[in-house]
Amino acid sequence: MPLTIIEKIWNEHQIADLGDGTCLIYIDRVFLHERTGSVALKGLEATRRPVRNPEQAFCTMDHIVDTFPGRSDETTMPGGKDFIQTTRAAANAAGINLFDLNDPRQGIAHVISAEQGIALPGVTLVCPDSHTGTLGGLGALAWGIGSTEAEHALATKTLVVKKPKTMRVNFEGALPFGVTAKDMILKLIGEHTASGGVGYAIEFAGEAVRQLPVEARLTLCNMTVEFGAWSGLVAPDDTTFDYVRGRPFAPSKAQWEQAVAHWRTLKTDDNARFDKEITINCSNIVPQITWGTSPMHETGIDQRVPYPAIESDPAKRAAIERALEYMDLSPGTPLEGVPIDAAFIGSCTNSRISDLRAAADILRGRKVAKGVKAICVPGSGLVKAAAEAEGLDRVFTDAGFEWRESGCSMCFFAGGESFGLEERVVSSTNRNFENRQGPRTRTHLASPTTVAASAVMGHLTDVRNLG
Amino acid sequence: MEKFTVLEAIAAPLMRINIDTDVIIPSREMKRVSKDGLSDGMFANWRYTTPGGREENPDFILNQEPYRRAKILLSGDNFGCGSSREHAVWALAEWGIRCIITPKFGNIFYGNCVRNGILPVVLANDIVENLAEQVAADPASHLIKVDLIQRTVTAPDGTIHVFDIAPADQEMLLEGLDAIAVTMRRDDEILAFQARDRLSRQWVYLDTK
Ligand code: SF4
Repeated sequence: MPLTIIEKIWNEHQIADLGDGTCLIYIDRVFLHERTGSVALKGLEATRRPVRNPEQAFCTMDHIVDTFPGRSDETTMPGGKDFIQTTRAAANAAGINLFDLNDPRQGIAHVISAEQGIALPGVTLVCPDSHTGTLGGLGALAWGIGSTEAEHALATKTLVVKKPKTMRVNFEGALPFGVTAKDMILKLIGEHTASGGVGYAIEFAGEAVRQLPVEARLTLCNMTVEFGAWSGLVAPDDTTFDYVRGRPFAPSKAQWEQAVAHWRTLKTDDNARFDKEITINCSNIVPQITWGTSPMHETGIDQRVPYPAIESDPAKRAAIERALEYMDLSPGTPLEGVPIDAAFIGSCTNSRISDLRAAADILRGRKVAKGVKAICVPGSGLVKAAAEAEGLDRVFTDAGFEWRESGCSMCFFAGGESFGLEERVVSSTNRNFENRQGPRTRTHLASPTTVAASAVMGHLTDVRNLG
Repeated sequence: MEKFTVLEAIAAPLMRINIDTDVIIPSREMKRVSKDGLSDGMFANWRYTTPGGREENPDFILNQEPYRRAKILLSGDNFGCGSSREHAVWALAEWGIRCIITPKFGNIFYGNCVRNGILPVVLANDIVENLAEQVAADPASHLIKVDLIQRTVTAPDGTIHVFDIAPADQEMLLEGLDAIAVTMRRDDEILAFQARDRLSRQWVYLDTK
């Protein structure tokens, strides 16, 4: 029977069918961070359960740590130090791989998971964090879990998982100038809603996806959870193998050949059946921007803030009204030109070296508009070092951006630093929920190049005019 | 986890509806990296006189004798609705609650109870209200008896009510198993899978690298 890539990976990891629609699934990699991983490690300690195969478990410090230069265990978030120190002690006691604060490899879990070769094509990878699906960009089956499930995965190397339905999203055609993977995924969510993917594992396919470099595929998969999906992936190909080769935790020597031979089998068979298929024509995608408080509240930068009346469903109409009130936007306002207070480049969505290069290309020789607070937070210590080796840090700082240590930083408000009350931020992150980036902070999601262009102009901007 | 078989205990009637997990444990009380130490913040907004404070509110039922020693909670419809935070159950369990009786539970909360050794019992609204009245008449001696083997609740006046529970949940509670322990019963199967998998996908196993 012809199979989808999702079924192939699932079958390879299925230990038992438990009957009620769930299966016992073998978990290859567990990744933790100090905010929720700490709880899982402490839970295991309390029940005196060891971590099985600790060499295949990893932990970083990203969510709570400060990103100011010269940071320490002390955090802007009250009580953050307890999380950091508890995590350090528990991770060391359990013998798992820890990327600690002073480790040059430290960074956002989903960034370093790819960078270090921890996530590989065809592996199952879980992390108590909702954006774990990012690693689908390498062809891994990766998804976010809760702390208690993380304990289960660490102790047993397995999880009880409900079998997902399958969906293929075909991005056909070529991406126009100025349009990125971030715009592709926003467009999908905008067209098919934030719950369009609920219950599904998704394969992203089509010509435009095949053309994407791995880092852009990671961006694409990062936001599958904002589409409501359980997980999403891109079938591994030569682009993937070139990216993975030589990474510290990736297979080497004879194992490399075996691995690649196996990974080549991980593609959807002709005639395999998906429960749902969606096709998006890329040729008419323009740079996207969100105007509301859900990633589905988005449109092209050349469009206007919508009128709530376009929605016939009263609940959805009320949601738009509420979003516009929160965002302080009037229907009919052109999005290009909305003044901003701040710009943020960072997060597991868009903080890799290719994102920083693209943003730097916009910023080179230009200055951030007066009154705009602009911050760049590289996704990992190694991204930061690579950027500095190329002189990108100077491009950012010369333009007026702050240049930070890596971490989640102001992607979400953990109780520490924020942009401030009712400040309007254009952000390369993945969530524009109310209060996500701080109490009553207003977030516009966009690609890193749109963020850079908007920072320069002082208002939401069509990056194609600055190209 | 402590096994649950038969419990005869003081019950505290908390007869409001829609008691959500944010009420059971406000988010500002979830500061610590642990499942422990949460009972102090349980029902903090009702239990203490000021937000974040620790001065007991004498009007709150769990601050009163003999309810301070209650092991059973009686509550109105939809107990444990709202956010999925497992901290709510951890707080209740640590405080000493072993059984909650209500006409309806929040979905995720129900599952979290079973996983953490608290027996969730669903009984009809009028039955729960009647139990609450009987208890209130003389809380120290009008105990409620819950028998998980028979799946019965015995009221202080001797009336017996039968409740439903999924066999898998019943077994987990009776044997004091959590989800990990249940999976570990298949450990041979897991290890056999791993041994086979090691041969076909060597590159995944970092200890052989
Ligand atoms: S960068 Fe943001 S979305 Fe990504 S893991 Fe950190 S907090 Fe979550």
